[in-house]
Amino acid sequence: MSHALLLQGGRVIDPSRDMDAAADVLIQDGKIAAVGRGLSAPDGAIVRNVKGKVVVPGLVDLHVHLREPGNEDEETVASGARAAAAGGFTAICAMPNTDPVTDNQAAVGFIVRQSGRAGLARVHPIGAVSIGQKGERLAEFGEMVSAGAVAVSDDGRPVVSSHLMRTALEYARTFHIPVADHCEDPTLAAGGVMHEGLVATRLGLKGIPAAAEEIMVARDVLLAELTGGHVHLCHMSARGSVAIIRDAKERGIRVTAEVTPHHLTLTDYACEAYDTHAKMNPPLREAADIAALRGALKDGVIDCIASDHAPHAYDEKEAAFDDAPFGVVGLETAFAVAHTELVGGGVFTLPELIRRMSTEPARIFHLAGGTLAPGSVADVTVLDLTAKWSVDPTTFHSKSRNTPFAGRALTGRADLTIVAGAIVHDLESSQTAAR
Amino acid sequence: MTPPSPTLGKDLTGLEHMTPEQIRLILDTAEPFKEVSERPIKKVPALRGKTIVNLFFEASTRTRISFEFAEKRLSADTVNVAATGSSVSKGETLVDTARNLEAMRIDMVVIRHPSSGAAEFLGNRIASNVINAGDGKHEHPTQALLDLLTIRDKHGKIEGLKVCLVGDVLHSRVARSNLWGLTKLGAEVAVCGPWTLMPRGIEELGVKVFGRIEEAIEWADVLNVLRLQLERMEKGFIPSLREYYRVFGVTPERLERSPRAITIMHPGPMNRGVEIDSRVADGPHSVILDQVTNGVAVRMAVLYLLAGGRAELADAAKRGASE
Amino acid sequence: MSRALQRMAVEILELAHGTSDLVLIGIQRRGVELAERIAKLIEKEEGADVPRGALDITLYRDDLETVGPKPVIGETHLPGDLTGKHAVIVDDVLYTGRTVRAALDELADFGRPKRISLCVLVDRGGRELPIQADIVGKSVKTGPGERVDVQVEELDGRDQVDVIR
Repeated sequence: MSHALLLQGGRVIDPSRDMDAAADVLIQDGKIAAVGRGLSAPDGAIVRNVKGKVVVPGLVDLHVHLREPGNEDEETVASGARAAAAGGFTAICAMPNTDPVTDNQAAVGFIVRQSGRAGLARVHPIGAVSIGQKGERLAEFGEMVSAGAVAVSDDGRPVVSSHLMRTALEYARTFHIPVADHCEDPTLAAGGVMHEGLVATRLGLKGIPAAAEEIMVARDVLLAELTGGHVHLCHMSARGSVAIIRDAKERGIRVTAEVTPHHLTLTDYACEAYDTHAKMNPPLREAADIAALRGALKDGVIDCIASDHAPHAYDEKEAAFDDAPFGVVGLETAFAVAHTELVGGGVFTLPELIRRMSTEPARIFHLAGGTLAPGSVADVTVLDLTAKWSVDPTTFHSKSRNTPFAGRALTGRADLTIVAGAIVHDLESSQTAAR
Repeated sequence: MTPPSPTLGKDLTGLEHMTPEQIRLILDTAEPFKEVSERPIKKVPALRGKTIVNLFFEASTRTRISFEFAEKRLSADTVNVAATGSSVSKGETLVDTARNLEAMRIDMVVIRHPSSGAAEFLGNRIASNVINAGDGKHEHPTQALLDLLTIRDKHGKIEGLKVCLVGDVLHSRVARSNLWGLTKLGAEVAVCGPWTLMPRGIEELGVKVFGRIEEAIEWADVLNVLRLQLERMEKGFIPSLREYYRVFGVTPERLERSPRAITIMHPGPMNRGVEIDSRVADGPHSVILDQVTNGVAVRMAVLYLLAGGRAELADAAKRGASE
Repeated sequence: MSRALQRMAVEILELAHGTSDLVLIGIQRRGVELAERIAKLIEKEEGADVPRGALDITLYRDDLETVGPKPVIGETHLPGDLTGKHAVIVDDVLYTGRTVRAALDELADFGRPKRISLCVLVDRGGRELPIQADIVGKSVKTGPGERVDVQVEELDGRDQVDVIR
């Protein structure tokens, strides 16, 4: 975009520089040109008055499932990028459990091209750890990275073979990418559909014990230690996992971790009445787990929030609890839920939240963004923290509607999302325009 | 003014959320229906013209037959649908089935399904009355109701009685329904079995847990012995059926050690020589056959209480009843 | 009330030509008490046992569909096979006739009596079906909206008939 853009009169929070002050932000040639008070707009610049709003580095989501190729009726790269932009995300990472699996250079390149065509939030592909995610042979990490992959993962499934996980961690070192693991011991979790506990007993549903996650967290941490590789632990849900990660970080092991907004907010009681919108893997657990996860996110034992956005067609979730697929969407509610529950609940300050949703995720996966330092890429989000709204899945930009937060009253949303200096989401104009 | 009599709502999906008054209403209503089964013509016209579908997604002979007798003795028209899963996924079949039943204007559906929550799922989607004949591992309310009736017949009361559920509690919907029914009516409830078959958090439901059958026998007034399924051994919950019998089997020798005559119950079908010794099943303190008889009466009571009825005409009916 | 019952007992005896095949069937609930009293009067008079039974007609009502919370079902027990007997149905109030119709349907499921007769304490008119009582304690003309309440010692603590207009 050749037009310069001046965001005037907002509160700028940039956790990368510990900045939280009233300032203007000038964007030029797709980069942050200047941040300071009383900036003047160059000729031809678009000036947006953002008084009363908060200007932050664009939010980054490291864990998103886009169903392209294979299930485009549930979500595509374009619809996912649109949903992301609406949620204030300037960059998302797309997991490779597509159909066919994104386990080679051509498939990774396809995602990159689709992202470019959409021209909304950046979609960074994550390549598979193993061919077909079968857990047998390593995929070609080098080729995938050169085509644009930012990490590897077999998410959807765990990497069951410890030997394969070890090799993956070692091999990934060459390309400086993390191996992201979905921590689940398959024999312990087999057949389970929700957290193993009193609620599951009352509902007569088979449970997934917290130990199923904790065992693999321990294994992955030990393998990271053995190999010197970087392991990234997906969607943490259990307090036992938190304890293991805390100890590992203290010992200097290269482990990072993420947590979803729903695991920070909801317990297994959400499954009562057999509500399949509360069915996801890992499952919602207990209040003590939520407390531990919040504490870990605050002090950095868990590094960031990631949505694990998992779209499903409406009729798939309209089934008996046992038969419904796991997963909920989250791109369009992630910030608002985190803001309402964590900042609104007095647990986090706003800069702490922004750090966990922007600066840290960008840092962990070595992505551009997460900062408003002059010279850095102009991925910027303008947030309205006073906006009160109620979650209405029928208005989602995502193609899917499976959210556990339908009808929930939230405070805070993204007014403006800017990627590489171009506005990709503008609440003002989309409210007047037809969907 | 007499207090309003309890009503049951549209569906019977489980005992967990029912009140003690509602449970007692069903048990009290079952009594006169026992008499109907003793008549030469075992039929009353109470549900004449009503269509009832027995929708069984799991094979079951005894429960289905029991419901069928109950329905026919109330003069209802019954249709049996045995819907076993084919190439179609189970969830899909349930939603479509619900819509088809609605379209056919069926009055009542009795459903047995392998997924927990299936009865409630159906009840929320169709206007017909839905009766849970067993959903996954969740509940089997009519079984627990007939168990309660049998206990009440034998002991004259339920409050204060010590009832122990023995066996595979983890996978048992009969155990869960019994747990709710017994605690709501004031009994003391315990469970007994191997730890591999004990559900998490059971103690938080106010239930004693015995790790050995000897302890349970020492404590209980009533033992409700649950069926152990062969696949529990195949899935590694217990090493063998033989060991289960040796360690947990309800045998005459073990029962002799109790100071009391313990009432023996079993929901059936029995694995003789696994969870229960034949001599006990056929012995003087076994009420297993009474359970079967009471089953038809309880199911008639449930069908009778759920069917039709509009509250606003209740007063008019009361006036008319004094003619 | 006791004079009326006395007279009704005598009339039943005449109707049934004695007690040899007489069976009194009371309709729940007050009919059962009245049948019991009449039976005792007859037994005192004749010195012979009169078998009696109780009939609950709830399951045979034609208005089960529309009645709100389901009515409580009372006890039904009959003294043996009714085939060849003269069954006299006893009830407290005869009004629309629907209770008696239900009773006739129910009795039919138990056998085939030689004859069925109807004996009521109060006939208040207002028939909706072609049913008449063979023996009546007292006739009272009432309109819709009015009530006839019968109380018996055994259930209500006293014997009383009230006509509430």
